[in-house]
Amino acid sequence: MSERQGVGIEIRNVDLSYGANHILKDVCLSIRPGEFFAFLGPSGCGKTTLLRLIAGFNQTDRGEVRLGGNDISHLPPWRRDVGMVFQSYALWPHMTVERNVAFGLEERRVPRAEIAAKVRSALALVGLEALASRFPSQLSGGQQQRVALARTIAVEPKVLLLDEPLSNLDAKMRVQVRRELRDLQQRLGLTTIFVTHDQEEANSICDRIAVLNDGAVQQVGTPMELYQRPANLFVAGFLGTANILAGRIAENGAERVFAINEAAALPLPPGGLTPRQTKLVFRPQHAVLSAPGSPGLAGVIVHREFLGAVIRYGVSIAGSEILVESPFASAEGLQDVGSPVSVTVDVGRVHFLDA
Amino acid sequence: MTIAIDAPRAPARRFAATPGQALLAALIALFLAFFLVIPVLTVIYVAFTEKGSGTFTLINFYDFARTDLFIASFWNSMYVAVMTVVLASLFALPLAYLTTRFEFRGAGLVQMLGFIPLIMPPFAGAVAMQLLFGRNGTINLLLDDWLGFKIPFMEGLNGVVFAQAVHYFPFILINLSAALRNIDRSMEEAAQNLGCHGLRLFRRIVFPLAMPGYIAGASLVFVKVFDDLATPLLLNVKDMLAPQAYLRITSIGLADPMGYVIAVVLIIVSVAAMGASAWVMKGRDYATVQRGGGGLTKRPMNLSQAIGAYAVVLLILFLVLAPHIGLFLLSIATVWSFSPLPDAFTFAHYTRVFAESSVFIKNTLLYATLAGTIDVVLGTAIAYLVLRTKLPGRQWLDWTASAALAIPGVVLGIGYLRTFFDVKMPDGTSFASFWFVIVLALAIRRLPYALRACYAALQQVSSSLEEAAENLGATKYRTVRRIVLPLMMGGMLAGFVTSFATAAVELSATLMLVQSTSDAPLAYGLYVFMQSPAGRGPGAALGIIAVVLVAVCSLISNWIIERNQHLRNTRT
Repeated sequence: MSERQGVGIEIRNVDLSYGANHILKDVCLSIRPGEFFAFLGPSGCGKTTLLRLIAGFNQTDRGEVRLGGNDISHLPPWRRDVGMVFQSYALWPHMTVERNVAFGLEERRVPRAEIAAKVRSALALVGLEALASRFPSQLSGGQQQRVALARTIAVEPKVLLLDEPLSNLDAKMRVQVRRELRDLQQRLGLTTIFVTHDQEEANSICDRIAVLNDGAVQQVGTPMELYQRPANLFVAGFLGTANILAGRIAENGAERVFAINEAAALPLPPGGLTPRQTKLVFRPQHAVLSAPGSPGLAGVIVHREFLGAVIRYGVSIAGSEILVESPFASAEGLQDVGSPVSVTVDVGRVHFLDA
Repeated sequence: MTIAIDAPRAPARRFAATPGQALLAALIALFLAFFLVIPVLTVIYVAFTEKGSGTFTLINFYDFARTDLFIASFWNSMYVAVMTVVLASLFALPLAYLTTRFEFRGAGLVQMLGFIPLIMPPFAGAVAMQLLFGRNGTINLLLDDWLGFKIPFMEGLNGVVFAQAVHYFPFILINLSAALRNIDRSMEEAAQNLGCHGLRLFRRIVFPLAMPGYIAGASLVFVKVFDDLATPLLLNVKDMLAPQAYLRITSIGLADPMGYVIAVVLIIVSVAAMGASAWVMKGRDYATVQRGGGGLTKRPMNLSQAIGAYAVVLLILFLVLAPHIGLFLLSIATVWSFSPLPDAFTFAHYTRVFAESSVFIKNTLLYATLAGTIDVVLGTAIAYLVLRTKLPGRQWLDWTASAALAIPGVVLGIGYLRTFFDVKMPDGTSFASFWFVIVLALAIRRLPYALRACYAALQQVSSSLEEAAENLGATKYRTVRRIVLPLMMGGMLAGFVTSFATAAVELSATLMLVQSTSDAPLAYGLYVFMQSPAGRGPGAALGIIAVVLVAVCSLISNWIIERNQHLRNTRT
């Protein structure tokens, strides 16, 4: 495989409906050349539809898709030169591994000798040279997945689209294959879009992520940006665990507090803008439990889970339940269910959101 | 890891068979031995032994090969079977492809109409087709009037080919449509993604993936046509193998070895054709690798494509439904000869049939119901023994019952006559002339279809459902009665209907076994009526009654199956 210069993908104001179902709503995304990009969202959020739209299997009602600056919205799938790896792999059962991989090259009228060489090197890239003459039904799931990948990269597409490529693998394979995918993508410098509903998958291998929900882009950013500065409650809740408390910001003399109700209020650091938002968001590891009566939010432990490295407590505060994680050291000094506690939140790491 | 997804999972917890299961298996084995294996072996034995002495000889086959009539008959049968497959494919391919591939209004109706020819006795259709397509039939009279020439649709062997293709093409249509519908959509999309489209896409991906379905249908058509007796006989084509066997036995007698030799030739060709198709399909069960499902992407057609497609579909539907139209016209015609349409219309034939021949209808209902019941009971029992027990040799029950598929009706008829002729009933008459023998022949002939339906139904019942029942204290017997059978009901009913509907119009074995008119089923009565020009009207009326009977029964059971399915879906 030769080194290739990746191309960028521009998705502009894309809308798509099936009858009364509005599947994609004014989607705009800009994917940089050579980037490993993820579409992340729950099932039914439109991420696969968006991917299939780039491959040409769905037509937009409005908007356009540009590949390296060229509008490809009206090209049929076979003229787009975007390689797609299907969730089901879609290996043709009547062809051997070799024939499967050669297929796209044959369609491109590549000379026979060159095809053989390219098939060999594509299979070498995924480590399957030895299985060239097998049929798909004689391969394991992981091997089928690699063949599907080899078949797609053999034609040296401009971009690589991966539709939940790890979902049919078992947990152990998944970790291994995602590293290999990242590795391969880096070597080829191929602009890649990865569709997944699993935040861990997206976080671990992607440069940037677009979080989708209900057909709309919620936020775009690096995994860490999304985790640290979620733009809305959906992103905050979808990436990692988030505690959400409703209330309002109030002046308490010289002090400002986030008042959850009459009894419970969280002092806020002085200075800065007065946020207008009404939801307080923080991660379970950014709060600590202390003895009842200490400054903080008064609550009662309602459940306790041992997770290995941490203990996760459920604490009921003024009718809503939040999670607090403390590092696990020993069985001594654990809080029991029913004990009253005070929760101190690291106010430097909270977010205020309104939706 | 995911490869074995659809393979039947061998239940891990089974013990060796209980005495009850062993007894059941023994009873089934006895039944199959008496009514399938022994009669067929008898036929083969007679073909290979010297008349009278019983010593092994090949002289009978030598005689067969030396007789020009038999050799010509062999090639005629071969020609008819092959050409029928070709013509049936021409009917079925466009219908299957257009309705599964495009957004085709009325696709469901086309598929349903395409199924109708199967429930009409092919020989009844043949007579109607003579009147429409024959030398002096409607089409040729019109052609002659307008254009001054005629087309010999129905002359000799071609007439048999035409009639058989019209009757049997649904086998190809059903199998091919199912195969096309089962193609995973991503198979096609992956090819498009790699630059392939249009005809190349069809040739390289779609067609190879649908091939197993096509071959399954085509081989079935070949075997059915090669073995068929009634249609050629009714079209007065006697120089084919099955009619020759029938004529030798009925005119020369049960002792004449030639009938047996021909029977053996029929068996060999049938087994070879099925073996060949199984060999071609080996390793081509693509269902396990395709996971997405969903069928091909349906495409909209533009105006000219739509006009072309509907024209093709309508022409084919006209051709394949012509026998029904013709038969209906014939059944209400006073005189229909040398004219495009009947001279006048009457209901007299129906009145006559109901007055004189209701015994045929009664017999048919009785025989087909009994045969269907036997098939479902045997099919369910065999499926249960094979899938859910560890009984040694249980596969043999399945194989033996399925082998009936390769046994032509004529052969079974001859075998029964020869085997049971000397078996005396308590009243001194021969068992071979007892009406129940007809039921047994029908049951054996339809068993493979019912067995497959029951087998599929049981496969869909997860064994964990049974384990849950046993875990809650139900015995094996109670588990079968309360869990397995209710869940299998839909499949069993489907099996019953297939058996019933096809048994009601079967004639090949019946023709040999009917000894008196009072024991004859509808198909036989129809055949007798159709022998004389005066009987054609009543014969056609009887044919229409048969079609309506079978159609109504199929509709009712279909309704029951769908209601069951609906109930089950809403419950879970």
